[in-house]
This record gives sequence, structure tokens and C-alpha cells, in this order.
Amino acid sequence: MTLYTNLNHVETASQLEKILQENENVMVCCGRMGPMCVPVYGIMEDLEKSGKYDHVKFYDMLFDSPEAGVIRNLPECRGFMGLPFTVYYKNGKVAKATSSIQNLDQITDILDDKFAK
Amino acid sequence: MNQFDTIILGAGPAGLTAGIYLSRAKRKVVVIDKGIPGGQMVLTHEVANYPGFENISGYMLSMNMKKQAELFGAKVISNASIKEVQLEGKTKTVTLTNGEVYSAPSFIVATGGRSRQLGVTGESDFTGRGISYCATCDGDFFTGKEIIVVGGGNTALEEAVALTTYAKKVTVVHQFAQWQAFNSAIQEMEENPAIDAIMESRIVEFRGNEKLQEVVIEHIPSGSTYVKPIDGVFVFIGYVPNTEYFKGILDLNQWGEIVVNDGLQTSIKGVYAAGDSIVKRYRQITTAVSDGTIAALNVAEFLNSIE
Repeated sequence: MTLYTNLNHVETASQLEKILQENENVMVCCGRMGPMCVPVYGIMEDLEKSGKYDHVKFYDMLFDSPEAGVIRNLPECRGFMGLPFTVYYKNGKVAKATSSIQNLDQITDILDDKFAK
Repeated sequence: MNQFDTIILGAGPAGLTAGIYLSRAKRKVVVIDKGIPGGQMVLTHEVANYPGFENISGYMLSMNMKKQAELFGAKVISNASIKEVQLEGKTKTVTLTNGEVYSAPSFIVATGGRSRQLGVTGESDFTGRGISYCATCDGDFFTGKEIIVVGGGNTALEEAVALTTYAKKVTVVHQFAQWQAFNSAIQEMEENPAIDAIMESRIVEFRGNEKLQEVVIEHIPSGSTYVKPIDGVFVFIGYVPNTEYFKGILDLNQWGEIVVNDGLQTSIKGVYAAGDSIVKRYRQITTAVSDGTIAALNVAEFLNSIE
């Protein structure tokens, strides 16, 4: 099962590992098709489409998938109690993680800070 | 410069409906939103009272409305970073931070509203770490835990009852001595053994480390405060209109809602307003759709009159 967004989906932990090995900057939004998650997917879709963040790979992942433990159990997500869990990876390492809904400015601030060209 | 007949600011049900009507009338329309299309509608898990749909997610209804507007020719720009809005004079403009400028002789403000936050110390720090504004999204993180629901209206009381599915105890904190909800909601809440209430009180501080651990509660009449250990807090204290930008530009009432006439025209000629940002009693998807229709038909008439 996947999310019905226009983003590329991460479906397994091994797939995520491969993505992280092959890409320097990766943003993964792990959630459901719920009210707090959908706006974040929408922002990611528009950012991907804009071409301004061609150096970043955007993905989503279904929170309830057993495979999503790779994100749910990250130490950086300890204490998170709001969907979605959004994780920014730089060279395979977690550069930043956020819990709950984020707006465009909050997301681009993180992208510009952690994934500066 | 991108020249249009009408600029619609806000792509919620009011803005998208206006976009559908005007583009279907062969008017060149752009709908611009700071977020994704749907407004507060997209934040609704299930919509069960929109005629024609027995049950539909707010997301799907939003996407359907956007698609319909685009099929008639409207241009919908989502997640726009808006630099400036200019409403005075014959030509209204919206300038984006990427330098794009959109202009039109008519304008519809459909910026909607957003959930009100408490605005107290620690609220932003613990949002997503114990503080939530969506029971259906985050309720299951609080299974077997003790939580607070802030608010005293229908939404707060209904969500308090719903959250007892997960939480072992729910305490409703309300600032007044009486509830502001329908009797049915009050009765259902009061009959639930997992819920108790603290009246005439408010949270004045959130505290914790990695996640929320306790709140400071003030008893409003006496001013006395005390600390209550808690696992989570859900906030349902109404909405605020997204009209801050228009303060001093359009006539607003004391709550920041846009004052309009029967035709939904604002205090500036050629500028109309629709949806949750205007002065009105009932804020539903259906009433926003109605506003969008009325505003669009009046804009069409206005455009005809100036041509």
C-alpha cells in the first residue's frame, strides 16, 4: 500500500537505504493521507515541480507500513507525537527531523539551511 | 505582467467556486494560494455534509474542485510566496517573491481562516511533541495516556469524547463557567466516565524536555496557578480569519473579519470577499461555496459594467 500523492514513494527500508546511498540530499515525509500530512506532500510536490530544488530528492512513505519503522524509530524522532514525521537526510545522515504539519516557509528554511547549493 | 480579468486570493471552497464560475463565464482567472488548494477543507478528514457526496475526504473534495476550476480554464497557483498585494485603483496586483506580477481589474479575497492557537510559552516548542490540533491525526499517539482538551465549544467536546477511544483520561480545560456547545455535545461529554472538566481556567505554559510533560494552569477568577503533569494537549479554540494583511486596507470588524455588503463587495470598488474571511455566522464548506458563487456573479457584473 502507498500514499496517493504525486511524489515518489519509499516502500521498504532497503529502498530507503539505496536512495540515501545514491543521493546527497533527501527529504522523506512519513505520514498518512490525513489533514496534517496532505499539506506537506503538496508543498513537496510543488517544490519538486518548481525545479528550484533539483539537488534534493523528495519522497513520501506510509507511516503505518511496518517498513516505516526505519523512520518511526529514528533517535531524531524520539518524542514525536504528531504526523507527519518529516526527515531530511544529508549524505545518508539525518540533518533535521520535524513532527506535525509544516508550512512552505518552514520547509524551505530547512532545505536552504541543510541542503544549501 | 500577467494580465487577468480577476485575481482570486485563496484556493479554498470559496475561491475555487468563484474560479469555476468566472472561468466558465469565459473570464481569465488566476487563483493564488499560499498553501495547497482546499484551505481548511483539506484539513478535514471526512466530509459527510457536502451535498452529492455521502462521504468524501476533504483532500479529494479539494482536488475535485481544483480540477473543475482548471478544466474551465482557471489558472491555480498553489504554495505561492506572496510579496505584495495592491488593491487600490483600477488595477489590482499580486506580486510574488519570484518576481511574477499578476494584475486584474477585479479581485476576490477568499483567504479563509485558520485554527486559533493559545499563544502561550512553549506552544510552538511542543507542537508535534505532545500538543496537537487534530484528534483524528494524532489521537493514537496517546493510547493509554492522560491528555487535556482545551476549549468549550462543539468541536472541543466532540473531540474530547472521540479521544477517549485512545486516552485513558481526558480533562477538558475551558476558560468560561459555561460550555459554548449544543446540549447534545455537553450531555455526551458529561456522561463519559473518562472525561472530567476544569472550568474558568486556562493553560499559561507548556513544559517538558523532548516532549510535553506538564502544563501550568491558571484559575482565571483567582489568578492562582498550579502545575499539572500531562502527556498531551489537544487545542480546539475556534478560528481566526486570515486577514492580517488587509488591516488598514479593507474595512474589518473587531475580530478581523472583512466587512462586505449583500453582494460581497468590500470597502474598495472592484474588490469582493468570500468564505471564512468575511463577517458571517455560519462557516461551512457549503456556505463558502455559496459565497464564492455570489462573489463571482457580482464580479462578472462589475466587469461587464467597466467594459
